[in-house]
Amino acid sequence: MLSFERKYRVAGGTLVGGDLFDFWVGPFYVGFFGVTTAFFALLGTSLIVYGAAIGGTWNIWQIDIAPPAIEYGLGLAPLREGGLWQIITVCAIGAFVSWALRQVEISRKLGMGFHIPIAFSFAIFAYLSLEVFRPIMLGAWGHAFPYGIFSHLDWVSNVGYQGLHFHYNPAHMLAVTCFFGTTLMLAMHGGVILSAVNPPKGEEVKHGQHENQYFRDTIAYSIGPLGIHRLGWFAAINAGFWSAICILISGPFWVSGWPYFYDWYLQLPFWNDMGLGGLG
Amino acid sequence: MASFHSLYSQIQIHGPYDPGLPLKGHESPRLIKPVLNRWIGKIGDPQIGPTYLGFCGIASLICGFIAIEIIGLNFWASVDWNPVAFIEGIAWHRLDPPEAKWGFTPFVPLTEGGWWIWAGFFLTASILLWWCRMYLRAKALGMSTHVAWAFASAIFLYLSLGFIRPMLMGSWHEAPPFGIIPHLNWTASFSVLYGNFYYNPFHCFSIVFLYGSVLLFAMHGGTILAVSRFGGERETEEIVDRGTAAERGALFWRWTMGFNATFESVHRWAYWFAILTTFSGAIGILLTGTVVDNWYLWGVKWGLAPEYPATYPDMTLPPEIAEQVRAATGGTGASLDLSAPPAPAPSPEVSR
Repeated sequence: MLSFERKYRVAGGTLVGGDLFDFWVGPFYVGFFGVTTAFFALLGTSLIVYGAAIGGTWNIWQIDIAPPAIEYGLGLAPLREGGLWQIITVCAIGAFVSWALRQVEISRKLGMGFHIPIAFSFAIFAYLSLEVFRPIMLGAWGHAFPYGIFSHLDWVSNVGYQGLHFHYNPAHMLAVTCFFGTTLMLAMHGGVILSAVNPPKGEEVKHGQHENQYFRDTIAYSIGPLGIHRLGWFAAINAGFWSAICILISGPFWVSGWPYFYDWYLQLPFWNDMGLGGLG
Repeated sequence: MASFHSLYSQIQIHGPYDPGLPLKGHESPRLIKPVLNRWIGKIGDPQIGPTYLGFCGIASLICGFIAIEIIGLNFWASVDWNPVAFIEGIAWHRLDPPEAKWGFTPFVPLTEGGWWIWAGFFLTASILLWWCRMYLRAKALGMSTHVAWAFASAIFLYLSLGFIRPMLMGSWHEAPPFGIIPHLNWTASFSVLYGNFYYNPFHCFSIVFLYGSVLLFAMHGGTILAVSRFGGERETEEIVDRGTAAERGALFWRWTMGFNATFESVHRWAYWFAILTTFSGAIGILLTGTVVDNWYLWGVKWGLAPEYPATYPDMTLPPEIAEQVRAATGGTGASLDLSAPPAPAPSPEVSR
């Protein structure tokens, strides 16, 4: 236990189970959702190991547990033909949702806001979009991605080229912008805090006024100590959200290649009637 | 000494603005009279400006302006100066680097890629001058230069793509074009040309750090917002004099995942994850085509990808590709026919 920890370890704040699981094991808080997290995570991981054992390779890069073939539609498949993938997916969802609810309980215990589990829920939404919502909309679990290090990358590659060129997907553009933008802002925020509290030899430690001054001097505006966390949290959430949207619309709502998505724009009557000869 | 602090409450305070820390004798005056904006104040600090330009700032803006002018006017020229076509195709217009026949010489006719070199030169000058500014302003304010070094990592990736790798390959043609859609097309074909970039391990690292950075900002931003009711956004104060906000933030993660950063160390995690995103990306770029010709075959060689049975066993491969396959499969050649292909038919004259 940390030197200041004891006074924070109070009872209460649970959503389910009352006092039953309201205790700690080592540094971990347990709670009802800690138990369900452990159950789903252990079962899911064991099934992945089992899947690897019957899968023909122990090469960590090549282990691959694939969803059922398209022919199974949205039905159940035998264990060796995708059924394992289906149970693992249920376990993953159970573990992720339990983890988020456990974060809610811990937030309540510490008198904190729910910003962390809210952010995490967007990541869960992206996972559900890929593995559940989109396969349901397309009518087969076989449209979900497989569990494997390089096999899931192959899936991303293949599904990307099914849209001919995924960079043209406008939601993908937004998601990538949010990913890059969040990382840029993280570098700026991390950098400015470290540079303020670790000043050069002989200088005093700096605080908010200097952080503000640094970004006002360099880029004309400093969003301030609270604002940067709002912006970073919001941009990070949007990276996950637009990732989910970009794959949800790809297939269920847009079936031709993404480069053709802009035809409506290039064929607007305003310039289409001018005989400009198209884009060379 | 009195200093300005940020105050957050339900009421937005519009008092006297922060005129900025005193400047030293040799520094130029700050520009833009500060304004307080009520709408921006709903999200962050309401004060915009003042800002510092100085020599590096002015020189950087001029170089950036020249670069954008070169690019924009080339776009416009590409549609015979038709203003409607210029606007219609703003996302599709392109300014290409010189063709391979020019090698890496800086002396290329303007219309055959010379403009691309000049645009790249001024854009690079602008970025490097901006870097100097990020460095010098930190020094001037008595702070360390962490932000500038993080920026340097991004500049390293930019230079690797547009300058260092083309230099190593001996050709400007290897560099990406200017243009919104064209640079996306370049990225996609670059991946395919070198056998699927997902098998490039430094691309893997870069993606891990990119996603990791976003995860970290979601976790860190969420934590600070969740303890802002205890004043948690005053991070530097909490670092030097730990309060209940820092304690609760730490315990949240300790109880959740058995491990916690501190208010200072979380910024070190953040800083390094962001830096390594572009740094490992740059390494991945520099190795491509110089050390590794085909990342997929590289993956087969090192056991990342399986050897698939030949789909078209009768297909003969061009000798240079067959050589790569032979090298990747340890000389066995798998089930591919590695014999030399028949001599190509004489190609008809291609007219452009």
